[in-house]
Amino acid sequence: MTAFSFSLRRAGLILAAALLSLSAQAEQKLLPAQSEIAFVSKQMGVAVDGHFKKFDAQIAFDPAKPEVSKIAFSIDTGSATVGAPESDAELPKPSWFSAVKFPQATFQSSAVKKTGPGKFEVAGKLSIKGNVRDVIVPVTLTQAGTVTTATGAFAVKRLAFKIGENEWADTAMVADDVQVKFKLALTGVGKL
Amino acid sequence: MTSDSLSAASPRYSGVAIALHWVLALALVSIFSVGLYMADLPFSPMRLKLYNWHKWAGVVILALSALRLLWRLTHRPPALPPKIVAAMPGWQVAAHHITHGLMYALFFAVPLIGWAYSSAAGFSIVLFGVLPLPDFVSADKALAALIKPWHGFSAFTLAALVLLHVAAALKHQWVDRDGLLDRMLPSRR
Repeated sequence: MTAFSFSLRRAGLILAAALLSLSAQAEQKLLPAQSEIAFVSKQMGVAVDGHFKKFDAQIAFDPAKPEVSKIAFSIDTGSATVGAPESDAELPKPSWFSAVKFPQATFQSSAVKKTGPGKFEVAGKLSIKGNVRDVIVPVTLTQAGTVTTATGAFAVKRLAFKIGENEWADTAMVADDVQVKFKLALTGVGKL
Repeated sequence: MTSDSLSAASPRYSGVAIALHWVLALALVSIFSVGLYMADLPFSPMRLKLYNWHKWAGVVILALSALRLLWRLTHRPPALPPKIVAAMPGWQVAAHHITHGLMYALFFAVPLIGWAYSSAAGFSIVLFGVLPLPDFVSADKALAALIKPWHGFSAFTLAALVLLHVAAALKHQWVDRDGLLDRMLPSRR
């Protein structure tokens, strides 16, 4: 009887500890208003800045144990803008993001490793318009108060994702390389 | 009076001035036509191409106009022949100077306003797709909207002045038959 209640109490303690460690590992929250996911494409040599207005992230990241992190992003492809109304009207169309058929682009991390103080490398799968490619994303973290800011940039080949098809596939008009730049403000990240 | 007798007596523009005049005449008519055509095109690679060509051509015209002005300042153009001036009412002589002055001002104003608009709209100019040109105004949508109509307005003003200029030259050639045009025609020798 005492042995049983003891083990019950132990089980309760283990459960509480497990819950606690789970809450310590609870997902970090993205502050969308202070975050941005931007892209730079080149049209006939001219760099054109664009960004996505709507995106979300599910992040479980512990700076002390980066290798167990899970980082997932979803980006509303219909929210892409380059600041010119006539271009913005084209981006959701089938030859570009095909936003009706593929409303979201996603990123799912497969491995996270620390490469230096405040520096990490996130490998994962980027899926846009039904095309999936492996990407490696360098990320730099800085902390100010309760907010951790993750910044980084990487290049994607737009044609690998069929962004800009048919008459727009010509890389002399729009370069294949597109720079993706991000700044993500997160709360709940442990001290670096 | 035949044009032959006049051209013998009246100094012609220099060869460089004549070459710049006709090259720029052709360039201005072309870029104006392209500008009119491209503005109504739907979003397409052709539209993107024409916009960039239009900008590149505008920068080249700006540079040639600077060269032309420099040449004009260092090589005085021939004065109007006294016989022709004597046959012209005073307002025509004044109009001749004002038209030329305004055209020169617009040779610079039209491309510079276009360049400013492109920069303000967030599209820097990369000459021939390789040489990035500076933005002398910063990207600002409100400013772009403010500048935009002035590029067209100044271009149409220049087009109207060019028509006036051509009409006056043809009047001298076919109505007055005073051979004034010979001063600017390539030498037939």
